[in-house]
Amino acid sequence: MKIVLNGAAREVTESTTISSLLEEVGINPDRVAVEVNLQIIDRHDLKSTFFKEGDQVEVIGFVGGGIL
Amino acid sequence: MDVHDRLVVGGIEFKSRLIVGSGKYKDFIETQKATEASGADVITVAVRRVNVLDRTKENLLDYINPKVYKILPNTAGCYTVQDAIRTAHLARAAGISDMVKLEVIGDEKTLFPDTAGLLEAAKILVKEGFIVLPYTNDDPVVAKRLEEIGCAAVMPLAAPIGSGLGIRNPYNIRIILETVRVPVIVDAGVGTASDATIAMELGCHGVLMNTGIAGAKDPIRMAEAMKYAVIAGRQAYLAGRIPKKLYATASSPIEGMIE
Repeated sequence: MKIVLNGAAREVTESTTISSLLEEVGINPDRVAVEVNLQIIDRHDLKSTFFKEGDQVEVIGFVGGGIL
Repeated sequence: MDVHDRLVVGGIEFKSRLIVGSGKYKDFIETQKATEASGADVITVAVRRVNVLDRTKENLLDYINPKVYKILPNTAGCYTVQDAIRTAHLARAAGISDMVKLEVIGDEKTLFPDTAGLLEAAKILVKEGFIVLPYTNDDPVVAKRLEEIGCAAVMPLAAPIGSGLGIRNPYNIRIILETVRVPVIVDAGVGTASDATIAMELGCHGVLMNTGIAGAKDPIRMAEAMKYAVIAGRQAYLAGRIPKKLYATASSPIEGMIE
């Protein structure tokens, strides 16, 4: 099924969890926050949360920046 | 230096009165070295999408160890209350603490804060238990309102972000210092070491800067300069300067002059 990950379309399977997706793209889950359809997913639920068609997924972390 | 003279914001003790940004450096090594040289233990970071396409891309936190530094996420780039709150929520979910440097920007050209939006966002975040450090105008009334809402500090700009113009309105900063009881941290506008010293001599409790260091020809050296500038200004403030006088006053005794 198709989801949108950080603004780009991506194909995932029905058995893909947030945790496995992060692993697939090489992201340390300890340093990011994940939002699905504007809802923040609790860190403890990453392994048990599956996707559904059309989910808008944001994976955000910290980057260099002071004041804009 | 008085080891007991520490900046405390929202119950969190900072080891330095200099807070640094992490943007605009050439690379992470330079970010790391400049941060070290600054002596700061609080570093502000932006909240952005993670690169999910390039697995080799390095992470800022590989260079700025969150166990050593206090990470202060900011809502830089947010122009609405809604965006700022969403960003703060994500930062808290990703992060280490409840601190947030709250920015609600009102204008692209000047990057001046939208103080109405700032007050609204601050109110919501304070209620949610955030330790809110708001980037605000050098407006004593807004500073007072931010304190009343429950912000842990107020961070008035000295001059527009990245402008390097220094403390453009020291009188307003002084009025803010007399108006609020929470720490006043000058945020934005510092161009060189003397600007930071002036802010501290006015009685500000801290200075936050990014471009002043990262944009210097030698950022690591400037970071060190800023470290001493902030210490010098704080010490001078505590020591109490002499009054300004029009005429000379001899510093050597008249008594015992050779006749």
